This record gives sequence, C-alpha cells and structure tokens, in this order.
Amino acid sequence: MALKVEHEIHERRRGRNHGVALILVSFVALILALTVVKVTGGDFELPSYQQSGSAGQ
Amino acid sequence: MSDASLHSNVYANEPQLSDYFALLKPRVMTLVVFTAFIGLVAAPGSLHPVEAFAAILFIAIGGGASGALNMWWDSDIDAVMKRTAKRPIPAGKVEPQEALYLGLFLSVMSVTMLTLATNWVAGGMLAFTIFFYAVIYSMWLKRSTPQNIVIGGAAGAFPPVIGWAAVTGAMPLEAWAMFTLIFMWTPPHFWALALFMKSDYDDAGVPMLTVTHGRKSTRNHILVYTVLLAILAVGAAFTGIGGPIYLVVALVLNGLFLAGAVRIWARAEETAIGDDYTTEKKFFRLSLWYLFLHFGAIGVEAFIGGWATWL
Repeated sequence: MALKVEHEIHERRRGRNHGVALILVSFVALILALTVVKVTGGDFELPSYQQSGSAGQ
Repeated sequence: MSDASLHSNVYANEPQLSDYFALLKPRVMTLVVFTAFIGLVAAPGSLHPVEAFAAILFIAIGGGASGALNMWWDSDIDAVMKRTAKRPIPAGKVEPQEALYLGLFLSVMSVTMLTLATNWVAGGMLAFTIFFYAVIYSMWLKRSTPQNIVIGGAAGAFPPVIGWAAVTGAMPLEAWAMFTLIFMWTPPHFWALALFMKSDYDDAGVPMLTVTHGRKSTRNHILVYTVLLAILAVGAAFTGIGGPIYLVVALVLNGLFLAGAVRIWARAEETAIGDDYTTEKKFFRLSLWYLFLHFGAIGVEAFIGGWATWL
C-alpha cells in the first residue's frame, strides 16, 4: 500500500492546476523581462547628484 | 438520487480554466487587443517590444476584468437571453462571487501593472475604462436608458486611446479620432444585431431601442449614426492618423456601410421577417469588417508614414 494516496480532487483538478501554474510562471517571466528592460533602458537611473556622491553637499 | 449520481453531477459542473477565461469575454478582448495595438503603433515614439507586449496584455486583462464584472452583475439577464444563457454563471459553472472576485483582482492587477510597465496616464485611463464599463454602463445605464448602447460603446472605444497613452503619456486629438470611430460605430453595429436577435432583449427587459422606441425608430437611428460615422471616418483621413491608403479604405467602406444603412432604413418590418433579416445580418457582418479594415489602414499608415510620405 502506498504511503500517500493521491486524493481524487488532485486528479480531477490537474488540468486547472497546471493551467494556473503556467500562468504564474509566465507572469514571473514577464516581470523579470520588464525589470531587465527598465533597468537597462535607464528608467531607474539615479539622479546625477546622487551618482556623483555629493548628496546633501 | 444516489450519492454517486449526486457527485457525478457536481463534478460535471466543476469549472475548468476555460470557464474562468470565458468570464473575460475573449471575443471582446480580441477587439481590445487589436485596437489598443493600433493605438500603440500609430502613436509617435516607440516602446521596447517587451513593454509594448506588456502594455497590450494588461490592457486586454483590464478589458477582461470589466467583462467578468459585467457577467457578475448581469447574470440574471444573461440567464434569460438565448445568446448569453451558456455563459459560465448562468450555465452553473462559476459562482457569481467568483466572477466578482476575479474581476476585482484582475482590475487592480492590470491597472497597477500597466502603470508600472508604461505610465500613470495609461494606467489611469484603463482604471477609468473598467469603472465606466462595470459601473456607469453595466450597473447604471444598461437597464435604465435605451441609449445604453451609445454610452456602452464609449467603454469599448477607449483601448486605442490607452495604447496611444502607453507610448506618449498623452491623449491628443488623433487618439480621440480613433475613439470616435469605435464610439460612433458601436450603435449601428449593435442595433442591427438587436433587429435580428429580436426576442432576446425583450425577454430580458433590457430597454433596447428596439423595445422602447420600436423597430422603425431603430432603423432611423441606424441611418443617422451611420451618416455621422461616415463623416467622421472619412474626416479622420486628414488627421495625423490618416493618409491616402486610409482615405481610399474609408471611402469604399463608408460607401458600402451607408448603402447598407439606407437599405435597412427603407425596409418594412414585414419584408425583413419575410427574408429572415438578410439585409440586417449582412450589415452586421459588414460592420465587423468595417472596423477591422479601418484600424488596419491606420496601422498601415503608421508604418508607411501617412501623408508625409506622399506630399
């Protein structure tokens, strides 16, 4: 006898669960791609006074 | 009923992912994606392809979210109408509250993500569009005025404006020319549908123009809106989104559309019943091509440079 019997609900909802997993992975990939584009595209560059280390002077 | 048969019935109605997707009105989403994309390419300036993809995706999800909220609110009339009776809520696949929560979650998510991916003007406009469709149209005006289609048309007309704003952070006249095109196109498109899906809206008690003002008045309205649409559609050729190719497309399509509207206007109801609304159905099919080809031409002009290339 198997130590862990898979509940019938997992079998029944397998398709839906795989679909949700695929959507979440795609979403994470999109966020990663957007982050790379934003950071390398200069959207989040520090203001020049902070880059030169002269903040507050 | 035995336990076994009770369970099999429950499981047969268990929602699949496709049922949740159906809540987002995928056919409306294709129009949203297409017109938002054209707004995005017609706008001066450019976005990184990843940003552009994200913008279109989140505009589409925002449109889908408003569709889910609409299905939650309208599930009672959807159950009555033949055209909508198989939607997930009236079909018993999805609980109304699930549609509400999905709609609210996707609304917040899409607006937030569009703002982060592009700018707050586009995000704000998407939020307004969702509010307009779900609250102003679905909850307030759809059941209270025969002009519901005219007002509801505005919600469907915002996506190209949002697409434009995603690139530029602004909403100039050219963006609103695209808005006007969809806004003026929607009433004749839906009134033609209402003419041949005649019992649906009557049964649901939705104050469609055909129900409140009669079918002759609806035919008059189709003609008036089509004339105004033709003027605006051809006029748009001379704005920043137009060009010679758009002008030719607009002249041909508006000629055909006007001819169809005149035929609908001239018909007696008995004649229409006699041939099972052939003219109205033909006009409805043409209206789908009408919008697709107008926006296609705007997209082409964006790529070739519009009038500037020729003059």
